[in-house]
Amino acid sequence: MEIIKRAIAEGRKPDLQELVDAIPYCRFLGIEVDRKGTELTTILRFSEKLIGNPVLPALHGGVVGAFLEVTAVIQLMLEADSEDLPKPVDIGIDYLRSGKPVDTYARAIITKHGRRVCNVRAEAWQDEHTRPIAALHGHFLIKPTNGESA
Amino acid sequence: MTEKARPTPAQQVGFVLTAVPHAAALKLTVVDVKPGEVVCKVPYAEHLIGNPDTRVVHGGVITALLDNTCGIAVGSKTALQGQIATLDLRIDYMKPATPGEDILAFAECYKVTKNIAFARGVAYHSDRNDPIATCAAAFMLGTKSTSRANKATGAR
Repeated sequence: MEIIKRAIAEGRKPDLQELVDAIPYCRFLGIEVDRKGTELTTILRFSEKLIGNPVLPALHGGVVGAFLEVTAVIQLMLEADSEDLPKPVDIGIDYLRSGKPVDTYARAIITKHGRRVCNVRAEAWQDEHTRPIAALHGHFLIKPTNGESA
Repeated sequence: MTEKARPTPAQQVGFVLTAVPHAAALKLTVVDVKPGEVVCKVPYAEHLIGNPDTRVVHGGVITALLDNTCGIAVGSKTALQGQIATLDLRIDYMKPATPGEDILAFAECYKVTKNIAFARGVAYHSDRNDPIATCAAAFMLGTKSTSRANKATGAR
């Protein structure tokens, strides 16, 4: 992506909010990035279209999964050495509590940074960080900037 | 008044889906359904793009499609539609979706126990043997289906 290539050429990390805003699906979901130094929290702003169970109501499981996947990718863009958006290879999502119709937050940790593949864990919560609503673990393919193909 | 034609099972499930805001936002429709086996579709759309360079649909769309399709498969086999909750969902991404093409998902619920149902699914364009992604999911059965607003306490 242009934003990533420009940042690499200028020897810095891309602006992550600018990156998220350049991805139509992230705009559609309503994802924001809150970066405090190296600490990153993503925010999924609640909107009616994110509902998967209108009776409860609860967030759609696919939305929560997608949000965690985006969180993992954003964390990789900050920490990993990749000249393009990391590609998911496989993800596993544990649904721990139903998502209430409010804003959701998430953070990701890179468990293992390989040359081509990174192992990432991410957790989403709403009111209390200690009561996560879902957790993701996944493998992502990165494209190292040294020119070697991934 | 003449008697109306009975809606097909796909139309019946499709009607339930129109009440799910996120399914409506994805324009997710039911193509075919029989007990324990479902085919759903998400048409290609600009707002689902995950990479503006390649215009490939975001992986999250596949996640939502497979989750929903597996859920309908479990619901169609157990008659517990609306009273199930995804416990876990594992997705393997095999290839990027082709830009401009609709994405189909087939899911089957292959085992139901007292508390849990197991389902597997595959996302594809035209050939189920050439998958975009595959998934395996477990669902909790008989979960609460009362509105949060009706609950006196915040307990789950």
